[in-house]
Amino acid sequence: MHISSHSDSRTNSDALVIGGVSLTSRLFTGTGKYASDAFIPRVLEASGSEVITVALRRVDLTTQTDTVTRHIPEHMRLLPNTSGARTAEEAVRIARLAKAMGCGNWVKIEVIADNTYLLPDGYETIKATEILAADGFVVLPYVNADLMIARSLVKAGAAAVMPLGAPIGSNRGLQTKEMIRILIEEIPLPIIVDAGIGKPSQACEAMEMGAAACLVNTAIATATDPVAMAHAFGEAVRAGRRAFLAGQAPVSAGRASASSPLTGFLFDS
Amino acid sequence: MYAMINGTRTELPDGLDVLGLVRFAALSPDTVVVEVNGCIIERAGYDQTMLKNGDQVEIVSFVGGG
Amino acid sequence: MGFADVLDRIERRNFSEKMENYTEDQVRRALGRERCDQEDFLALLSPAARPWLEEIAVRAQDISVRNFGRTMHLFTPMYLSNYCSNGCVYCGFACSNQIVRKQLSLEEVAQEAGCIAATGLRHILILTGEAPRMASLNYLESCCRILQQHFSSIAIEIYALDTPGYQRLVAAGVDGLTIYQETYNQDLYATLHPFGPKRDFHFRLDAPERGCRAGMRMVSLGALFGLDDWRWDSLCTGLHAAWLQEQYPEVEVSVALPRMRPHAGSYSPAWDVSDVDFVQILLALRLFLPRCGISISTRERAWFRDKLISLGVTRMSAGVSTAVGGHGDTDAGTGQFAISDERSVAEMAAAIMGQGYQPVYQDWRDIRP
Repeated sequence: MHISSHSDSRTNSDALVIGGVSLTSRLFTGTGKYASDAFIPRVLEASGSEVITVALRRVDLTTQTDTVTRHIPEHMRLLPNTSGARTAEEAVRIARLAKAMGCGNWVKIEVIADNTYLLPDGYETIKATEILAADGFVVLPYVNADLMIARSLVKAGAAAVMPLGAPIGSNRGLQTKEMIRILIEEIPLPIIVDAGIGKPSQACEAMEMGAAACLVNTAIATATDPVAMAHAFGEAVRAGRRAFLAGQAPVSAGRASASSPLTGFLFDS
Repeated sequence: MYAMINGTRTELPDGLDVLGLVRFAALSPDTVVVEVNGCIIERAGYDQTMLKNGDQVEIVSFVGGG
Repeated sequence: MGFADVLDRIERRNFSEKMENYTEDQVRRALGRERCDQEDFLALLSPAARPWLEEIAVRAQDISVRNFGRTMHLFTPMYLSNYCSNGCVYCGFACSNQIVRKQLSLEEVAQEAGCIAATGLRHILILTGEAPRMASLNYLESCCRILQQHFSSIAIEIYALDTPGYQRLVAAGVDGLTIYQETYNQDLYATLHPFGPKRDFHFRLDAPERGCRAGMRMVSLGALFGLDDWRWDSLCTGLHAAWLQEQYPEVEVSVALPRMRPHAGSYSPAWDVSDVDFVQILLALRLFLPRCGISISTRERAWFRDKLISLGVTRMSAGVSTAVGGHGDTDAGTGQFAISDERSVAEMAAAIMGQGYQPVYQDWRDIRP
């Protein structure tokens, strides 16, 4: 069964609103690492995702290459990333180039100067966020799950915070779970777990914790059957979100012991 | 004349504008963004932006990424 | 400014009735959650939580030990001056009360400080009445210069100042601000403060925030329980502390739980706050504010205070006199309120250690200039 949320016109009371745009799906997907770009539209249909990331690179002038956007349906919200940037300045430049493409003003700030683990530079990310937010971009910064960085991003005008669950491509799940939990509690912006999610159950867990959305690229693109995996991820994100909205069950009734060592003194005659 | 296109020194006909360059490279204007000497050129102005000898040109487009 | 907006959004009318509607299910839900939100806090304060006090206490003890360890900070108040131009109906120092008015000279401050420091205490809380001309900023700055020689932390509990006033005192070495709203019921507040500068509800309400902006490292809030429905004032105290923690994460926020006690003057409190009520306030605050300090004064009886040690209290006063010059001067005069726990610092320390907790006389010293 394919789920096509883009044709769903029912009002959604649990919509995720970012930069004034109302989203039904809380799964963001990527376009990297596919065996073939032809998978992309089928992955989007199977998962229901409405937001997709792309990167910006120099065109190869010596060969005829296909542009990835040819495979992305019109209704999709494009989220260009600033991959390749090692400083705020480079990220700002890439963001502006991406905006000039005319596909919207959303940008995922990705500033990475570490080629071993591909961990983001929080300081440069904050600087880029401030410049681009002031310039009218809808900024979704990719950062380590750090409360201080997130607070600075709020002040800098970010539209969301995207903490990593684990290093890019590692598929190791929510290694930063405790820190993500703190962000969800403390930061008044959507928290979108990006990077490291390897299995649908991990995406489900992130949503159960209260994350606003998950961004999954590697786990879908490199699966044996990307379309089936995309379907699974779509369901997992929806299930996790439903569980979160349903709320926790109360603790079991009944007390284990009849004595009250801590407060008994209040009732002793 | 020559220009640096995406880091490569490239021989170009004189009097070429950006629109001409994009066509010359067999690219479609709405799938690329062009930057000349650090300035992003609006698509509407492609045919009014003349290239000069020694210009640094970047032509970029969207590719797959996470 | 900020907290007034939060306060405006909650309604005092029918509050006491609404509290009756909370259910045991809601209390159990609050107990089952990692973090308590405002609704959970209300459930824990409601009558429905009464049968669950032991479970709540177990949770409160766990949270307290994990966040604060088994420690108890000790301090004592030093009353510098009881001159006062306010007419607060519930206070022993009110302008209309015929008591001996005294303000310590700088020599007396030094003597008093020496007596207190000799007990091992390094944290001092200095208090004055509303007397900006007598207990002026200049006077307070001079006192601080003396006190800095004896104590590593000086907190103030004085008349509300504007931000520049707090900045001056911070520059003089004050690192803590204690200021109680008395009651968060604005209508009642007006009747309790018939005259004097303290009558300005909002100026007082915003004082903790001004202290944070001025650079205070610690801010302590509270209400005088018994003036109004204690559930209302507990709710507002908790929300006020939570709001400050969120706005000023670098400031150590704590709450105090002063309960009405006998004093000079004829006011008797409108609301009863039983021991069980008091413990419920303490436990609910601990669950709602896991990392907020909680302070209990000597208004409470000795054996009762001992029982509270393991329930989440983090600061206690010891060796207390609420009279001006009460530590050194044998002829000290009337205190602000009657003390129920007259134990010395050494006796308090022994009681704390008896509960398996460590008395702390001096917190880590800040290296900021």
